Amino acid sequence: MLIIPCPHCGPRPELEFRYGGQAHIARPVDPSPLSDEEWASFLYSRDNERGIHAERWRHIHGCARFFNVVRDTTTDQILASYKTGEFRPEAV
Amino acid sequence: MLSDIVETTAIDADGVRLETLPAFGRLNFRGRAGAVAAMSEAFGLALPEASCRAAIAGSRAALWLGPDEWLLLMLPTETDAVIAAAASALAGLPHSLVDISERQYALGLSGRLAATVLAGGNPLDFDLSTFPVGMCTRTIMGKAELAIWRTEPDRFHIEVWRSFAPYIRGFLREHMREFGA
Ligand SMILES: [Zn+2]
Repeated sequence: MLIIPCPHCGPRPELEFRYGGQAHIARPVDPSPLSDEEWASFLYSRDNERGIHAERWRHIHGCARFFNVVRDTTTDQILASYKTGEFRPEAV
Repeated sequence: MLSDIVETTAIDADGVRLETLPAFGRLNFRGRAGAVAAMSEAFGLALPEASCRAAIAGSRAALWLGPDEWLLLMLPTETDAVIAAAASALAGLPHSLVDISERQYALGLSGRLAATVLAGGNPLDFDLSTFPVGMCTRTIMGKAELAIWRTEPDRFHIEVWRSFAPYIRGFLREHMREFGA
């Protein structure tokens, strides 16, 4: 089981969390001029990184908040954990 | 009646007891700093700012559940007065205050093996150094969500949703069988 550090609650067992997909994907401010391809890309295209990946998690059976994690997808090592709205730490 | 759907008799084992706690008035409060100060004033108890901590004053308790969310416990007879006091104290401040008195059900787990029984179905570390008296948190037991609050070294207050109560009670009883329940 992964131990995931929640920025509000501290290290907690993976059972308490839900995965929330890739982090830092900004919704287009004005979707109407976008082509179908551009809109579909926002909705569905993800990096599927092999290596260092910034992703959202939700501590649903805890403080219930979304937050961000930087994880190495090849080792599951978690390199950083930070609150929603904060920038990805530059060191990772 | 709760007793129609959940057995309420205490379960005893060697070193641990599971019992139904008396009825509580329960409010779920959410809000930002200004509203938190007003709610603390209306409730007569400062809502804890520290993560996963509970505060008590007389018959009332405030349990931190999230960075802008608290569970407020009180006597059932106090609920209406607290809601009324909050309504005036919080006027004009964005917040959410929901009466969840009947949504949840409280179990008490006590005795020297209480933490051992909890650990049977939850991976948190219940050692006093990492889960001290006054700590509270939502977490999961088997397949059901619940909130666990350590009120004394060997005593836990457990909040479960009503429909999960028979499952949680049965789950804990199963772990207590090892100690003679
Ligand atoms: Zn959390």
